[in-house]
Order: sequence, then structure tokens, then C-alpha cells
Amino acid sequence: MPNLEEANLLNPVSQIRFYLQITHSQGIIRRYFVVNGFDGALTMLGLIIGFLFSPPSSLQIIINACMGATIALAVSGTSSAYVSEQAELRLALSNLQDAMVTELHKGVHAEAARWVPIFIALVNGSAPLIISLLIISPLWLATQGMAFFITPLQGAIFIAIVIIFLFGVFLGRLSGVTWLISGIKTLLIAALTVALIYLFTKG
Amino acid sequence: MVLVKRLVLDILKPHQPKALEFCSKIAEVGDDYAVSLKVLGVDEETETIEVCIEGYNLDFESIQSAIVNMSSSLHSVDVVDVRNEQRKLSE
Repeated sequence: MPNLEEANLLNPVSQIRFYLQITHSQGIIRRYFVVNGFDGALTMLGLIIGFLFSPPSSLQIIINACMGATIALAVSGTSSAYVSEQAELRLALSNLQDAMVTELHKGVHAEAARWVPIFIALVNGSAPLIISLLIISPLWLATQGMAFFITPLQGAIFIAIVIIFLFGVFLGRLSGVTWLISGIKTLLIAALTVALIYLFTKG
Repeated sequence: MVLVKRLVLDILKPHQPKALEFCSKIAEVGDDYAVSLKVLGVDEETETIEVCIEGYNLDFESIQSAIVNMSSSLHSVDVVDVRNEQRKLSE
């Protein structure tokens, strides 16, 4: 006779999916990924544009500044998501216990309340981390001796713009809006960011 | 040997997991379990259901454990079918 717990341990992916389903958290994961990924992309774009409009700095200084911001974004995203989601799911579990008039500490909802905040926190923290590392990769590759037909800063800006556009495309597909229009909207946000940075640094 | 062939249970469950998932999890308890579910009532957070389980020899404790694992509450056992099957001695 199959043991339910053994079957669950053998398939952690389906178990996480199940927990996300019963806590209605799939939408939250998507939202956090986009919001914080976009945060990471715009923050890196802003930093690099700021260095572009400044007197030349060594690549290592630029990388260190970007890594500092990346790590701060990742830690902030992870910790804030964990604390808020844990509170929300504990409240939901408490409300459910009141409705069921019984303790639910052995059930899947209690397990979900333990694991889903961790998973959401990891997504929330890793989104800006991965996006930021992708954007600053040309800078790091340049320090390793790789040469491109554009400068490392230009390469990083190009990757940031592509990622921001792709976020727009993703959101467009999700909401049923034309992906091109959605992508252009996010590009306009990036352009506004660059314009504001120029205004406040050069002006 | 007395075998439990059929149980009809009155259960209070949250909306999640949904009925299909709920039945599947109970069916997973035994190799030959046939599970059917009828919703008797629904409110904001919970639903009252009647679950009928049939099989060669139902393991009530494992079924109850599966119900508790799904954050549900067994209110009552409404119908029980048991059968005493004498084992035929092989010659």
C-alpha cells in the first residue's frame, strides 16, 4: 500500500505546485517575479547609466557598486517576501481553523503555510539577483579579457533594455495585450528612467 | 476474516484541495480503492461532502490519516459494509 508521505517526498515539484494551488499563490509568485525582476533590471540600468554620465571609473569599481546593489536587492526581496507571506498564510490558516472548528497543524494547509513563504521568498530574492547578474555580465567578461564590438557599459545597457522589453512581452502575453505594445510600454519606462538620471546628473 | 468493503463518510473540507484532488489522494491510499464524492453543502471557507469508498479491504486508519492530511475533518461514518470471508485452505 503506497505511503502518502513517501509519494510526496519523491516528487517535490508536484508537492510545491500542490501547495501553491491550495494557497492560491501562483499569481503571487508571478507578480513577485515580475515586480522584483523589473526592480533589478531598472536598478542596474540606472547604476550603469549613472556611471556612463560620470567621469570614467574602473570596471572593478562599477562591478562592485552593481554587486552591492544586487545583493541588497536579493536580501531585501527574500526577507520582505518571507515575512509578509508567512504572516498572510498564518492568518489564512487561522481563519480556516476557525471555519473548520478544528486544529489543522497536521494537514497540508499547515505544511503549505510553512513551505510556500520560503518558496515565494526564494523567487522574490532570486529574480533581481539573476537579472542583475545577467546585466553586469559584460562588465565581468571584460575584466576577464573578453573584447566586444561595443564597450562593456554599452553591452550591459543593451542587455538591460532587452530584459526590460522581454518583461513587457511576458506581461503582455499574460494579460492578453499585444506583446509588442506591452514591450514598448516597459521600454518607455526605461527611457523615462534614463531621462531622469540625465536630468539630475548632467543638469 | 472480516473485510471492510464500503464506507460512506461525512467530511468537512476546505475548498482547497478541490474535489478531484481530494478523491485522488484518498484513492492513492489503496491499490483498488474506488472513491466517489458528493457535495452536500458549501459555505465561504468550507464544504460538506459525502465520500463513498469501495475496495477489497479498506484501511480505515490510513483513509482517516489521508483526510486529516488534507486539512479535512471526518464528521461521521454513515454507512459501513463489512464481509466475513473465510479463507479457503489450499490442499
